[in-house]
Amino acid sequence: MNGGPKAPLLRMSGVGKSFLGVPVLHGVDLQVRAGEVHALVGENGAGKSTLMKILAGVHRADAGTVELDGERVDFAHPVGAREAGVATVFQEFNLLPERTVAENVFLGREPRGRGLRAGVDARAMAAETGRLLEDLGLTAISPHAPVRSLSVAEQQIVEVVKAMSQSARIVSMDEPTAALAGAEVELLYRLVRRLRERGVAVLYVSHRLKEIFDLSDRITVLKDGAKVATADTADTTGADLIRMMVGRPVSAVFPEKIAGTEAGGVRLEVSGGGNERLDGIDLQVRSGEIVGLAGLQGSGRTEIAHALFGIDRFTRGELRIDGERAVLRSPRRAVRSGVALVSEDRKTQGLALHRSVLDNGRLVLDAVAPRRSRARSGRLPGIFSSLELVARSPSQEVRFLSGGNQQKVVLAKWLATDPSVVVLDEPTRGIDVGAKHAVYTLVRRLAADGAAIVLISSELPEVLGLADRVLVLRDGRIAGELPGGVSEEAVMEMAVGGAP
Amino acid sequence: MSPRLGTTGLVYVALLAILAAGAALAAARGQELFTTANTVDLLTRSSLLGFVAIGQTLVILCRSLDLSVGYVMALCSVVGATAMAGQTSRIWLGVAAVIVVAGLIGLANGLIVTRLGVNAFITTLGMGLIIKGYLDTRFKGPAGEVPAEFQLFGYTRVGVVPLSFAVMAAVAVLAVVFLRRTRTGVHMYAVGGDAEVARMSGVRADRPLLAAHVLCSVTAGLAGLLIASRFGTGSTLVYSSGYELESIAAVVLGGTYLLGGRGGVGGTVAGVLILATLDTVFNVLGVDPFFKDVLRGTIVIAAVALYARRQVDRAATPPRFAAPSRIPLLRGGRP
Repeated sequence: MNGGPKAPLLRMSGVGKSFLGVPVLHGVDLQVRAGEVHALVGENGAGKSTLMKILAGVHRADAGTVELDGERVDFAHPVGAREAGVATVFQEFNLLPERTVAENVFLGREPRGRGLRAGVDARAMAAETGRLLEDLGLTAISPHAPVRSLSVAEQQIVEVVKAMSQSARIVSMDEPTAALAGAEVELLYRLVRRLRERGVAVLYVSHRLKEIFDLSDRITVLKDGAKVATADTADTTGADLIRMMVGRPVSAVFPEKIAGTEAGGVRLEVSGGGNERLDGIDLQVRSGEIVGLAGLQGSGRTEIAHALFGIDRFTRGELRIDGERAVLRSPRRAVRSGVALVSEDRKTQGLALHRSVLDNGRLVLDAVAPRRSRARSGRLPGIFSSLELVARSPSQEVRFLSGGNQQKVVLAKWLATDPSVVVLDEPTRGIDVGAKHAVYTLVRRLAADGAAIVLISSELPEVLGLADRVLVLRDGRIAGELPGGVSEEAVMEMAVGGAP
Repeated sequence: MSPRLGTTGLVYVALLAILAAGAALAAARGQELFTTANTVDLLTRSSLLGFVAIGQTLVILCRSLDLSVGYVMALCSVVGATAMAGQTSRIWLGVAAVIVVAGLIGLANGLIVTRLGVNAFITTLGMGLIIKGYLDTRFKGPAGEVPAEFQLFGYTRVGVVPLSFAVMAAVAVLAVVFLRRTRTGVHMYAVGGDAEVARMSGVRADRPLLAAHVLCSVTAGLAGLLIASRFGTGSTLVYSSGYELESIAAVVLGGTYLLGGRGGVGGTVAGVLILATLDTVFNVLGVDPFFKDVLRGTIVIAAVALYARRQVDRAATPPRFAAPSRIPLLRGGRP
């Protein structure tokens, strides 16, 4: 540092963008300095992704200017942005699972050798990739490993390595931790800090407040396509941030239990459940009760969801739904027994993206009870509006909806079946604060209506804020049970198996 | 980690197993599989299908498909034979004409797929029909004549290895090198694996696809030349031999993923040899020709089912707990 105020490396001024006449961004200013982690926050639909994509050269701004190091740039293609030193790690990975780490890092600009090694030089690619990984202190990843064999966090690292190999000056990351948990998040933190140390400007989009406060130097808040403010992280509180994002007081984030909700009879009971990935699972959920499942990534949370929904069944032990023994051989059986699963990946498991909102809402009904489907789907419009679903019409394809609204369609689909057991696996992953609130409210209402609810989330505050009891998983077993509202530390200690 | 046999390796093991089983079956009937005649027949068969399947591999790697190859073969046999017109001096003219015509057809396929966004299945099916219509109206029978020197391409052999097989093998080697050492080749895997990822990484996604379609048509053209060389004339009716589907079967049998992004020419050559070996074995054993197809169909499906299974196994995480019959032991917890 040379004392004087650092000139911004990136200066976006008055950026505007419309899609099909609908304005998505208007007059957005953003300045990012070299060597800072700049958080970009806002609800889904606030325009963060669009802003990132303009920077990445995926979209072109209709109005305003983008300056890089004082020079005006206008990227027509992602390649242009990349060559100018702007690297973007998107939420959906831009990696080829079948190819090796090195091949992915150098995709599109494979080095070519001379003489006997003429053509694409695989050896040089591997060597350079290895060097970059070492540089970032990540020697556990082999340049020769196929990307599909890596964990989600490692794949993200490969994306960053790819960025660094192009001597990126700006790395922007779209919700990098959306699919990470525990130790993997720590790995990402290290990586981001390393980038900052090396003078790279990091633009960090996230919904997780904790990360924003842990990592960022400054925060820019977007709302409805316009900038609300840019603030120094040190001078900002979480409450401030949420207020700027949604204009809603913090206390509203976790809605209170609806009056009259009472734990009734046992609706879901698993005793001694186990399979290849789980063992000794004892679980009882009463009507009106919300039971949270916490644990690290890979501790068996999702495996329980799958077993309860007939994807991978329990091969040992007994499962009872409303007192009756049930063998859930398939998801179809599970649905017919009254189980609903809001899966962790709505895009591939929850929705038919190219079909309409209404068709998606009717999906389960049509599949398991086609004769009653017509009558029951009459209730869908009511369900949609009670979830505050925002769509142009019921015939709009769901792929055009924001993440939060897509999730509401998934929820509506299950609500239409009147489930007795609802399993929610990461129900708020990648959705904005407003939509999260809608999901929380809905969970409370389902409980009040007498459903038994199993809530799985890697966002601990969410589990602790909603669940009546929390079961902590570790290595495929239940490590212990804690009452709702205990401290995060207590849960983490149990999840990692800390000293007794 | 113990080194595991790749899919390509597995295909070659299967090829050896089928050769051994075929030889044993034939021996049990008091016959010999590897007579000179049988071996030459096997390799000649392989060379014809091989050309087509090599090109088809490139297209399939890009997550595309070419159903026009059979018609391109027929057309090119006619184009080559007509251009040569029985004169030795015009051999290279014929070869050049075939490469140009085939290349243009491939370019048209590729452009329609990439620029107009028409599904490759439809594009190449339509292209095949157009060629078929042209052939059926213009040619009522064999056309053109191939000079005796060019017939050597079809009939020369060194030991048991026909020249055509050697040429096919050389083309296969070129294709392997192309896929490994050129950017266009490497990008074929990228485009087939995920075109959007490739685009976002700065790959001009159209180019590998165009190149694959052009090269696929050209290799089909080479197969057409081989036909002309063996028949001595251009033969329009080759298109009814079902090379488009057989080449796809060979590619898939060779371990290339039908949805693109994974596989290679090495496996395809083994796939071609497996199909040719089966034919030869069935001929030697005197299997009913219709039942032959039943067997071939079964083998292709079984092979692909096997690959799919391996893929699932590879994706799955190792089980944490023992099989249900055993009492699970605690997994080394912290002391």
